[in-house]
Amino acid sequence: MPFEATINEFVEALTEPSRPTPAQTLGREGRPDARRFAVYRNNVAVGLIAALEMRYPVTRRLVGDAFFRAMARAFVAANKPGSPVLILYGAEFPAFVGTFEPAREIAYLPEVARLENAWVESYHSAEAVPLELSDLAAIDPERLGEIVFGFHPAVRLLRFAHPAASIWAAHQGPGEPVPPEGWRSEDALVARPHADVVVTILPPGGYDFAAALMAGDPIAEAASLLAGEGVDPGPHLVGLIEAGAVFGFR
Amino acid sequence: MSPQPHAPTRIAAPLPARAGVGLKPEHIDAILIEQPDVGFFEIHAENYMGDGGPPHRRLEAVRALYPLSLHGIGLSIGSPRPLDREHLMRLAALASRYEPGLFSEHLAWSTHDRGFLNDLLPLPYTEETLAVVCAHIDETQEALGQRMLLENPSTYVRFAESSIPETEFLAEIARRTGCGLLLDVNNVEVSATNHGFDAIAYLDAFPVEVVGEIHVAGYAEAEDEAGHRLLIDAHDSPVRAGVWALYERLVTHIGALPTLIEWDNETPDWPTLHAEARRADRLVAEVLASRKAEVFRHAV
Repeated sequence: MPFEATINEFVEALTEPSRPTPAQTLGREGRPDARRFAVYRNNVAVGLIAALEMRYPVTRRLVGDAFFRAMARAFVAANKPGSPVLILYGAEFPAFVGTFEPAREIAYLPEVARLENAWVESYHSAEAVPLELSDLAAIDPERLGEIVFGFHPAVRLLRFAHPAASIWAAHQGPGEPVPPEGWRSEDALVARPHADVVVTILPPGGYDFAAALMAGDPIAEAASLLAGEGVDPGPHLVGLIEAGAVFGFR
Repeated sequence: MSPQPHAPTRIAAPLPARAGVGLKPEHIDAILIEQPDVGFFEIHAENYMGDGGPPHRRLEAVRALYPLSLHGIGLSIGSPRPLDREHLMRLAALASRYEPGLFSEHLAWSTHDRGFLNDLLPLPYTEETLAVVCAHIDETQEALGQRMLLENPSTYVRFAESSIPETEFLAEIARRTGCGLLLDVNNVEVSATNHGFDAIAYLDAFPVEVVGEIHVAGYAEAEDEAGHRLLIDAHDSPVRAGVWALYERLVTHIGALPTLIEWDNETPDWPTLHAEARRADRLVAEVLASRKAEVFRHAV
């Protein structure tokens, strides 16, 4: 059998467990052996499930090992990595969790997963030295409103209908997690000001302000969103810079 | 703003002829604090293909103190499809950044139309597949600007159309491309058991003169449909006695080489892993000492 045909048949049997063991693959008895071929099928699934377990530790803790494994197995069966760089694999998992019927009742689960994915993306992002407050001193105060910020590559901005960031934070470390005090929506900023990733829960107005700046709005325009609600943009501006979210300005 | 810090002063790249271990994120703190006496560290290239962040900062710190072996697991050299040029460029960038003493990959494939299948999958050994693998190795060595090592696989099936013995296939690849070989002794034990051939005869037939690195590891056990013992290359436990015996035999014949303890799953704490590396170093020292004594006995 030509090389290409042998490999095609191998892949089909590998990815569709209902298919028979490829006739070209032999065991010690000189014939196909389903248990031998199953080692390959199992390796593919187990390795990819392990990658998801590593990327989504809190999601896993929230539903338990067995539930998570079943959910991950369903995702893996339908989604093979697009590249050998597995640190990129599983970014679509939060959306899958949102459609996974057995998890439907845990409405905050896909949101926690979304935060975990943002954390990993931030962790692997390019290096950049964040802007410091003192860097703004050089700007003519008259011109401050016209400034457009550039954001650090590690920044991710997230909006949740549930207290997903508080739930995530409560599940860091080995201790018994404490439920969030109030059940409200939350917005979060993920950044990497120095070596480590930091998750900050944003105060009211913070998300819209940051989202406008990230979309390229000048400061005055982003601030006008807050002024309508009677919120002082100053602390939001300082907060973003102190979180290491801003990389430069023009 | 200059985000890329200058590379700190580094130890020289070449791997010493002694034991090294796979670098695990959970061990890096202990390694940087204790600076243990280990020959080298090996990384899976794909784990360091992010743009930046803590993994690169920590790897830079380790690289300053130790030689590095760059071990690829996703290039899919044994595939009938063309190599992924983008992946090859990522590998070349990583090699130029960290100056590894060695780069190695597998005689296996992992990428197809369905995506990356995340396992080292087997291929038939024929004149056709030999030509494909050689072309892929030429392309890789050219992209990296250095000689690579190709690792012998562990397999659970063989192919009906295979017409060339594995050792001959590997020897011919090395001859045609000028690449070296990575001899994984655990893979020899696993494949020998799984296919019912003699591991010692395999080692005797292996082109040891082009071997640049050795791997040893632990395996898991199962059974096939016919009730034959089926060993699984699990890297989840200590090196088994049979593998140490093959390693000892190999070192007796060819001398000391950089040797990796592969323990990637169920990874133990740092002292346990380090002890496994020290065991390999001790074994080599004993073999070389007794060889010297024998030479002396014959000389007088």
